[in-house]
Amino acid sequence: MSDQTLILLALSLPLIFSGVIAITGANRNLRDSLMVGSAVVLFIVVASILPSVVAGGRPSVELFDIMPGLALGFAIEPLGMIFALVASGLWVLTSIYGIGYMRGAQEKHQTRFFACFSIAIFAALGVAFAENMFTLFIFYEVLSLSTYPLVAHKGSEQAKRGARIYLGLLLGTSIGLLLPAMLITWWLTGTLAFQPGGILQDNVSRSVGAILLILYMFGIGKAALMPFHRWLPSAMVAPTPVSALLHAVAVVKAGVFTVLKVSVYLFGLEYLQSLWSADLVMWVAAFTLLAASIVALQKTNLKARLAYSTVSQLSYIVLGAMLANELAVTGGGLHIVMHAFGKITLFFCAGAIYVAAHKTEISQMDGLGRKMPITMFAFLLGALSVIGAPPLGGFWSKWNLLLGAVDAQQQIMIVVFLLSTLLNIAYLLPPVVRAFLLSPPKEDRDDHHDGHHEDHHDTRGFGHRFGLSEAPLFCLIPLSLTAIGTLLLFFFVGPIRGFIQSIFTGVM
Amino acid sequence: MTLLGLYNYWIYILLLVVGLYAVLVKSNYVKRMIGLGIFQAAVFLLFISMDKVEGGTGPIIRGIPDPDQLFSNPLPQVLILTAIVVGIAVTALGLALAIRIREEYGTIEENEIRRQDHEA
Amino acid sequence: MTLTEQLPILVVVLPMFVAPLLAVLASRGQLPWLVATITSALTFVIAVALTSQVMASGQIDYALGNWPVPFGIGLTIGPLSAMILMIVSGASTVALVAGRESMNAEVDPSHQALLYASWLLALTGLLGIAATGDAFNVFVFMEISSLASYVMVANGPKRQALTASFKYLVTGTLGATFYLVGVGYLYMMTGTLNIADMSVRLGEVSDTLPVMIAGGFIMLGLALKAALFPMHAWMPNAYQFAPTPVAIFFAACSTKVALFVMLRFQYELLLPNLGPHAVFLSSWLIPLCVGGFLVGSAVAMFERDLKRMLGYSSVAQLAYIVLGISLVSSAGITASMIHFFNHALIKAALFVAVAGMIVRFGSSNLDQLGGIGKRMPLTVLGFVLAGVSLIGVPLTAGFISKWYLIQAVLAEGVLGIVLTVLILLSSLMAVVYIWKVVEVAYFKEPADGHGGQAAITRQEAPLPLLVVLWVLVAANFWFGIDPSLPISLATQAAASLVGGIQ
Repeated sequence: MSDQTLILLALSLPLIFSGVIAITGANRNLRDSLMVGSAVVLFIVVASILPSVVAGGRPSVELFDIMPGLALGFAIEPLGMIFALVASGLWVLTSIYGIGYMRGAQEKHQTRFFACFSIAIFAALGVAFAENMFTLFIFYEVLSLSTYPLVAHKGSEQAKRGARIYLGLLLGTSIGLLLPAMLITWWLTGTLAFQPGGILQDNVSRSVGAILLILYMFGIGKAALMPFHRWLPSAMVAPTPVSALLHAVAVVKAGVFTVLKVSVYLFGLEYLQSLWSADLVMWVAAFTLLAASIVALQKTNLKARLAYSTVSQLSYIVLGAMLANELAVTGGGLHIVMHAFGKITLFFCAGAIYVAAHKTEISQMDGLGRKMPITMFAFLLGALSVIGAPPLGGFWSKWNLLLGAVDAQQQIMIVVFLLSTLLNIAYLLPPVVRAFLLSPPKEDRDDHHDGHHEDHHDTRGFGHRFGLSEAPLFCLIPLSLTAIGTLLLFFFVGPIRGFIQSIFTGVM
Repeated sequence: MTLLGLYNYWIYILLLVVGLYAVLVKSNYVKRMIGLGIFQAAVFLLFISMDKVEGGTGPIIRGIPDPDQLFSNPLPQVLILTAIVVGIAVTALGLALAIRIREEYGTIEENEIRRQDHEA
Repeated sequence: MTLTEQLPILVVVLPMFVAPLLAVLASRGQLPWLVATITSALTFVIAVALTSQVMASGQIDYALGNWPVPFGIGLTIGPLSAMILMIVSGASTVALVAGRESMNAEVDPSHQALLYASWLLALTGLLGIAATGDAFNVFVFMEISSLASYVMVANGPKRQALTASFKYLVTGTLGATFYLVGVGYLYMMTGTLNIADMSVRLGEVSDTLPVMIAGGFIMLGLALKAALFPMHAWMPNAYQFAPTPVAIFFAACSTKVALFVMLRFQYELLLPNLGPHAVFLSSWLIPLCVGGFLVGSAVAMFERDLKRMLGYSSVAQLAYIVLGISLVSSAGITASMIHFFNHALIKAALFVAVAGMIVRFGSSNLDQLGGIGKRMPLTVLGFVLAGVSLIGVPLTAGFISKWYLIQAVLAEGVLGIVLTVLILLSSLMAVVYIWKVVEVAYFKEPADGHGGQAAITRQEAPLPLLVVLWVLVAANFWFGIDPSLPISLATQAAASLVGGIQ
């Protein structure tokens, strides 16, 4: 199958499946198996495009012009390929996890949930494959709109408010800042196509370019730069599979991916380095990095803590983009992969803890390691990866970012990175440590005998026979796989790094 | 033309403004319709007065016209006929509405009607 | 004398002849509705035929009664006129097809015969304005359609319809009369009423003051008719209290026709001949437009009644169109005309959805529409998608309009940047009021005590209404992805209009 067909197939599959899921909704098992099946097929399709991109090719499909000069088109380059692989691969795992979670927590409206899920993946792939900023913007907006029902899923007052902030911030930044940035770019250069070296170099003066950069960076609300980060913690009202995939992987990654794409292919690294606002955005990113970590420290709700951790981690990538050199951008690209695996593990664990032990606060998690050892061990791996400790994958992305800071002679950023690593340790390790080393809180020990097995027969966790009350198998397997993934990524980072670096050395 | 020689324009402007005042300021619906009528009449006067040719007679041809005879312009008069008809229709409709409003509200004063709507 | 040659006059005259026939002969049961719908559909077909003719061979000129222009009245159908003809007849057909049950619910069937007859007369008037080439003829048709409109609005179910209609009558007549004064001045200066002839003769006029005054009166009159800020107050009132099918029809097209006339006068008569003075005139329009879209969107955010909210939203959208006109550039006209087309699609869809809600739930007030997302999911989804087009999300028609408008505005330098910011601000306000509806529809409990899962029964809107709604929504997406038709019509028209300016 030609690459063009593969690209179109990869995009249409999730769309078709969401329709199919909507129709087969009533039959739970059929729907759920279709869900996983389609995710697997999608991953295979996306992975089949990989060989030609690695070999230096840039497969592209141009569909048609929506307005004169503005085409709906797709072209795959290394960053997009990586994002697509990460998104589609982790989607397989999240589908499996989602099935386990939704059944375990007995959530309602599962058909609507999975149908919207599929549309969101379609949008994420569209963002990954976009050939020009216009196409990217279209799918970016589709992503915002299709994830709204997912965030508002529970239908409660809280969910409604959280979803309102979510959509309000995302649409506000995209319509209020990103759209004018695009319009002005189009007005000044006559094109919105992504090209290596950027399109602004010869057409736009430094001063205008600096303002454009500010509009773009703050307009990409999904990258959660302060002060537009509030949507992330608000979106935590969503069920955990949503948080896991969308906010640890697809939505936020679409944001930082867009940041990288805009930096490398619209502005161009050389041009970017010469803009004063790149320094400004860099400082904002540094501030976000640290401030979000400090807030995370104070959060007692596990998901809230993880949400602020994500805000902080995203700013790593934005910082890398603003350092505007090859090492930093490589670090940013690597971080897309590393953070995805690390964070999704953490969210999977958080959800598993909720399903199996009905706990959401960190203080309640003391001694949980005895009942849910696999989950907590996976949590440990994920935490270490996010902290950036070897032998987990997260080490490499931080390393490259650090080197990038040195290369750009921004020594302060090195301090920022190191400080934040310390903060990461401070807010990620205690839950794990307490889970394994402390004993469970009093109430838990007392009602351990009478409570659980009456209600939720479905959700009898794994390992009940061994005296454990682990999460259901459908949850346990994905989180274990992603945790192992963080470990493997440490050892197999070479090809990924080389692949990203081919942006700078390869032929387009 | 002297300022006074433009008296037709002065009259029309005066009537226009009077009519406009009535429409905007008065709260009684019938008074508004009257104002509207005055306003429209002002415009009719403008058109008709503009078509009078000095020394011209009414634009009616009897027998073979005298080549030196001046006629007033008939076109604006025709236009005004149309406009008058429109004006009649508008007045009729407006007054019909006023009657219906009186039936529904018991009054045709704007303030009273607004008060009744607020209470409802 | 073939049928094709007679199409220009046929499109205007057909509804005019059918109207009295309807009132007298076909006044029983559903017959008025049927006759009106068929007539409307026929005019739409004729309009489409005219459009394809115009796109193929350029402007069509038709002399009424074979009296040569400028002695007689001439019809001129250019690309812009053709587009307006299509929009008006299309909106009328759509509103009629979708609105049968809605009309039955709101207006007593025994009054419907006269109401539908008025509908056809309003249709005649609007089509006539689009087709004619004579300035006074515009006034005549404008008053025909306005009088019929006043009658239609007054037939709303609540008694406030009467006062709304009265205010509409007063404002509309003021507007028409100002327009008439303007035409009178122009006649005084040129001696002709035919627009094309006038533009030639105006070139020879040395005293430009009366022409400027004429321009001022005409613009003012048309602004009143078009509900341009700050003279917009009559419109949300009229839309709220008119029978909903009437609101569908009007929201989609009636004020736009006044804007069309404004466009013609501006570009065919005033700008070519007054030059910098006309530019000055139009620069007065810009702050009014800004006021329009800011105030319109802002008030819409706080309205609880959907029809009123959409009325204020229309004030804002029309202000966008006038902004395009006031920019005095080819890009500006193109943007306005694209929005003529797209806004008709958007507003028609939104009002059709509201009509569905009223038919089933008897109210368009948000306080009473809690939870309708579960009871009429297809209707509400249609509303949301049309709302998304209103906001201007990419892949919808609304996005195309916004893109073109901002591109046209950016050409104005610093002012352009300010205007862009304000336009996007009002888009964000649109997000607020559309999302209010989403939240009430999907998250709120029904207010009538039928809360709880057990009593939620599916009560979709009537089938014809649903079909029309989804056709319109599909059109919104179609023209968001492939806007070549409106774009080509708009650019053709812009080229011919701007050709008159040096």
